[in-house]
Amino acid sequence: MAISDADVLHVARLARLRLDPEDVGRMREELSTILGHVQELSKLDLGDVAPTAHALDVSNSVRPDAARPSWPRDDVLRQAPDPADGGFRVPPTA
Amino acid sequence: MTDTSGLTAERCIELLDAREVSCRELVTAYLDRIDREDPGLHAFLRTRREAALAEADGFDRDGRTGLQGVPIALKDILCTKGEETTAGSRILAGHVPIYDGGCVSRVKAAGLVSLGKTNMDEFAMGSSTENSAFGVTRNPWDTDRVPGGSSGGSSAAVAAGFAPLALGTDTGGSIRQPAALCGVVGMKPTYGAVSRYGLIAFASSLDQIGPFALTVRDCALLLQVICGKDECDATSVELPEPIAVPDAQDLRGVRIGVPSALLEQGIEPGVRDAFDAGIRSAQGLGAEVVEVALPHAGYALPAYYLIAPAEASANLSRFDGVRYGLRCEEDGDTIIDMYGRTRAEGFGAEVKRRIMLGTYALSAGYYDAYYGMAQKVRTRIRDDFQTAFGACDLIAMPTSPTVAFRIGERVGDPWAMYASDVLTVPVNLAGLPGISLPCGLSEGLPVGFQLVGPAFAENRILSAAHALEGALGFDPRPPAAAEARA
Repeated sequence: MAISDADVLHVARLARLRLDPEDVGRMREELSTILGHVQELSKLDLGDVAPTAHALDVSNSVRPDAARPSWPRDDVLRQAPDPADGGFRVPPTA
Repeated sequence: MTDTSGLTAERCIELLDAREVSCRELVTAYLDRIDREDPGLHAFLRTRREAALAEADGFDRDGRTGLQGVPIALKDILCTKGEETTAGSRILAGHVPIYDGGCVSRVKAAGLVSLGKTNMDEFAMGSSTENSAFGVTRNPWDTDRVPGGSSGGSSAAVAAGFAPLALGTDTGGSIRQPAALCGVVGMKPTYGAVSRYGLIAFASSLDQIGPFALTVRDCALLLQVICGKDECDATSVELPEPIAVPDAQDLRGVRIGVPSALLEQGIEPGVRDAFDAGIRSAQGLGAEVVEVALPHAGYALPAYYLIAPAEASANLSRFDGVRYGLRCEEDGDTIIDMYGRTRAEGFGAEVKRRIMLGTYALSAGYYDAYYGMAQKVRTRIRDDFQTAFGACDLIAMPTSPTVAFRIGERVGDPWAMYASDVLTVPVNLAGLPGISLPCGLSEGLPVGFQLVGPAFAENRILSAAHALEGALGFDPRPPAAAEARA
């Protein structure tokens, strides 16, 4: 399965990952190799097989809907790269 | 005081109970050994001498029981309140969690004394611990070789006598494979048996925390501490029966299935020989060995390398330079620029590769062809195991197809690295419990014997592994340590 440089750049944009121009070719090669191995799966007849997302037979595990305190705001903001005015400051969104 | 090489947690308890050593002496002996020898191995990213000694002094002063005062090492992917937790990544360098993970809380409540945090492949992505942003860990059996991964710091720590117990995580083999390569016991419990709360997520439908130890019984002791439902992890469950510390001496009445067709290719001859000797030992203990088929297990690796990266690409989106961790920003950046720059600087090559692969597999137009297909293969693999367990009680395989490989040998070939996990990945996809115990040496390096059971058959696995361990009589001390003692 060959993918193109344009594919790599498109996926990098979706993944919010800046790639240096010199890394694009290497990433294309590595992904193509791995996807080549993955093609092995297309040999299987999987028409009527249901997908498994999760191995455990548990669904809709719920707890009582009781109010409890959140993490203290100061503790949370202490980990932030750029806290400001009780929140997380970020660069302009556009 | 005590030579900590080969010292089991059970023996630590005996020494403490008999007051032959104090907690402070025991903890000091381990920390001193780490200070002396870890510069050559780099199993630990950080130790916590003062805090550990303060905890030990508390037990010496107030009295203790059970596992209280026994040292443990924690993989650096487990959040520890007030103590740096990096998951082996530059993006989390200096990150100090504000809470303990569920498993860490249980370990603390049991009175185990954490000596520090162990090295790992970045975000648990790797099979050699070479993907750590903070340097490689070396194998105590041969320091030119890898300890396996991703929990290579924890396996090396137990093998080297730096801690009698350690915790790791296993998404595709990351406990069992390093246990095999370092000659220690490592177990991945059934998916859901241990809370993942506060475990920095890689692939949430596969990740599971589990123990490393020198013996199967020590593994059971640690499992007793960490297993159980946690309301902070909705996928965690209570085990149907409590973990028992095994004392079986034989395997009479136990049917062990060997998937011979799966083992026909790609297994090193020396690994195969040691595995076959392990099977003969099991027969000698009274086990009935039967042939089983896992016809789709050979497809597990490609399915895993769609499912795990897909989940990882979603989980790792949280590392964006906003709420915690690294931020890289230049004048004039928009938030999108900042995200891209931060993630480019913060993630290593393997993590980027998997984020890209997972994003691709989930992207419009490819979802059904890749992720959807892999999930169907996952169903086939589960069904295979279910069918096989109709004919046997446990399935035996080598843990890793090779012994520990040389540092640098597979770094340039991702698929060769991924192939380390060919016999462990099927077990994660099916959510089953599996143990690796050392069954001998090949070229002077340990070989792991893997026993896999049906979901929640932890006690069955522990019992059989304990009996087999007794018959195999493996000396878990690496040669340097064994010579020093002789």
